[in-house]
Amino acid sequence: MNTYVNPLRDPLDRRLPRIAGPCVLVIFGVTGDLSRKKLMPAVYDLANRGLLPPGFGLVGFARRDWADQDFAKVVHDAVKENARTPFREEVWQQLLEGIRFVPGRFDDDESFERLRRTIQDLDTERGTGGNHAFYLSIPPSGFEPVMTQLRRHGLTERTEGNWNRVVIEKPFGHDLASARELNDVVSVLFDPHEVFRIDHYLGKETVQNMLALRFANQMFEPIWNNHYVSHVEITMAEDFGIGGRAGYFDGIGIARDVIQNHLLQLLALTAMEEPTSFEAGQLRAEKKKVLAAARVPDRYDLHTARGQYAAGWQGGRPVIGYLEEDGVAHDSRTETFAAMRVDVDNRRWAGVPFFLRSAKRMPRRVTEVALAFKRAPHLPFTATDTAELGTNALVMRIQPDEGVTLRFGAKVPGTQMEIREVSMDFGYGGSFTESSPEAYERLILDVLLGDPPLFPQHEEVELSWRILDPVIEYWAGLEEQPEQYDSGTWGPASAHDMLARDGFSWRRP
Amino acid sequence: MIIELTDTSSREVATALTNAKRTTGASGLVLTLIIATPAENFDAALEAAKTSATAHPSRVIVVTYSDEASSRLDATIEVGEDMPGDLIGLKLHGELRYHGDSICLPLLLPDSPTIVWWPTEAPDRLVDSPIGRLADRRITDAAGCHDPQGALLRRARNHTPGDTDLTWTRLTRWRALLAAALDQTGAPVTGGHVVSAPDNAPATLLAAWLSDRLQVQVERADGEHPGVNEVRLFTDEGDITLRRVAEGTALYQVPHQPQRTVALRRRPLTDLLTEELQRVDADEVFEAVTRRLVADAEGN
Repeated sequence: MNTYVNPLRDPLDRRLPRIAGPCVLVIFGVTGDLSRKKLMPAVYDLANRGLLPPGFGLVGFARRDWADQDFAKVVHDAVKENARTPFREEVWQQLLEGIRFVPGRFDDDESFERLRRTIQDLDTERGTGGNHAFYLSIPPSGFEPVMTQLRRHGLTERTEGNWNRVVIEKPFGHDLASARELNDVVSVLFDPHEVFRIDHYLGKETVQNMLALRFANQMFEPIWNNHYVSHVEITMAEDFGIGGRAGYFDGIGIARDVIQNHLLQLLALTAMEEPTSFEAGQLRAEKKKVLAAARVPDRYDLHTARGQYAAGWQGGRPVIGYLEEDGVAHDSRTETFAAMRVDVDNRRWAGVPFFLRSAKRMPRRVTEVALAFKRAPHLPFTATDTAELGTNALVMRIQPDEGVTLRFGAKVPGTQMEIREVSMDFGYGGSFTESSPEAYERLILDVLLGDPPLFPQHEEVELSWRILDPVIEYWAGLEEQPEQYDSGTWGPASAHDMLARDGFSWRRP
Repeated sequence: MIIELTDTSSREVATALTNAKRTTGASGLVLTLIIATPAENFDAALEAAKTSATAHPSRVIVVTYSDEASSRLDATIEVGEDMPGDLIGLKLHGELRYHGDSICLPLLLPDSPTIVWWPTEAPDRLVDSPIGRLADRRITDAAGCHDPQGALLRRARNHTPGDTDLTWTRLTRWRALLAAALDQTGAPVTGGHVVSAPDNAPATLLAAWLSDRLQVQVERADGEHPGVNEVRLFTDEGDITLRRVAEGTALYQVPHQPQRTVALRRRPLTDLLTEELQRVDADEVFEAVTRRLVADAEGN
């Protein structure tokens, strides 16, 4: 069976999509925001693109007194509201046949017995053949009880020819120790290749775009090193506050929430050497090497900065400060702005600081990686000619409007010799016919196909914590409050001072 | 912004385009799509081009011919607001119709691929026609011709790498489901059966693909519904069946598994074009199928 070659498939036949085999997707925490806004629409979009197998089951598990049809209604509404592809009744009908709901609690044996029966019924009715994917859209505290129950009720039994996989979301722990604990819990039941960690800010599509830019082209690689690059800025800014998520955010902070996973992953992808192939294992090996070589310089007082948003005006609307948010203590020291310098100690990058910053209540929402280049060693112009010449830069825009910007100097038309900075822009949306699939779509498809994910595995998560842990410890030991910054600005003065110390300044994204 | 030019030249068209773009600032175009169509089809083709231009940021050039005695070029240029690309309409009068390449060549985007689409009748040897010569990829549509079966065979006989026909694109979803069915069954196929509307060109192509890949006899039969109605593949473990039961819905049956409903709709033209424009390299699988088609026709 394993050696069977499907005569209808041909590597040259690139029109044919890979369709996953029949399977059941079980979502824990299905009543959550994420599930309604992202997961369910992604499942529908996959079906609409013809990528879901005939014979697909979707099981919701949550503490609600719902019947199958109530759940189906929820999915229906979520899809209508949030799906990216047009709603088509026939696609919905195909999905609907496989939708089930299991009411229950994590600590209740009876609930999991019901779940087992439901899945078993689907296996026979829909021919899903014992292939199950479990999506844990729940807080990490729920992982252990769910894992225990899955094992107790034999839900992850392996027989020949079937598979079980699990999807977990960030946060992958809140420090090195807790990340390890979490991993121990999951690895009891699942092998590393069966665990899919999703980082929805950094979808597979984005990762592959970056790899293509760096390694499919000849013209960027020669300058991608400390001979030409002066420094790198990695920014992830959000234009909103914590909203109602004080319970989740307070005590965690933006560094743990965002820098540990997204920004360090972006750093790894930007700084890593060329993998020998794009096989997931090779890619991870290169990312691990870079993360192992990265560290924040020891003088944390000089090379890190943190802040908290204060009340102010953002985009024309008055907003409250972090300490006034519901559910946040008046003396909370949780940071909503974090910046730090990371040095990568290897031949390619020695001497090039990577500045990472991530914050809430910034002027606009943007994620980007900017490589700033050194000045030309000699400028055959007078100083006034080049007064307006800024820094050459290559910016990989991650979101919104994914693309690449090049900044370079050009002569201003006229008899005077005057050189000014201009932009050359490329946008994926502008140049390609199909909109990029959503991160969740790619992930769910990978899970169902068993494609090795490009998302970080446990070792990378550990290495990231190793970089971040000392900084967070240092911050925790400080007496003072994080510096207040006005909402709707690019952060506190200390962040600007931090770069000025190295002779740089943040670019305005 | 719409600019109309009568009795003009490529140079004037190009200049007008550059000026128009300076004011609207469209950029990032990745390909040139030339649509070659008879004059009576001009408005329809222009409409289709506009729809596809919203999906594909391309320079679209619609070329039509008229039999007038004097040779003259009329052009319309449309850029901006609701379109991510440029739209150029060219009317070739008189003798000029044999020199379409000399008009189009200066208007192609630098370096980017050029694709020519004939929505209706097309020349026999696409690659030897004045406009076809410019293209990296040539798209025809046998279904848009008076005699689809004949047109398909003509396409197959004259196939050169880089030619495709939308008949083939219409089959992608059917092929994907059949391939998925074999993924699951894994049993050798001993024969096949395709039911379709009488004389349906896509069905002919589908049967040719199946017999070519599976090396078995694939029978054809007439059905009552439009397009492809049903495909049945015989294996020792039972039949694989894919049968369209209503517009947009099909029944899918694989041995040892319950019957299931799958979505299988007839795809609109924009979908077909999107798929075609996604890859601009030659389609070798289609090429193999056209060879098979010719072999079958010669055998009969």
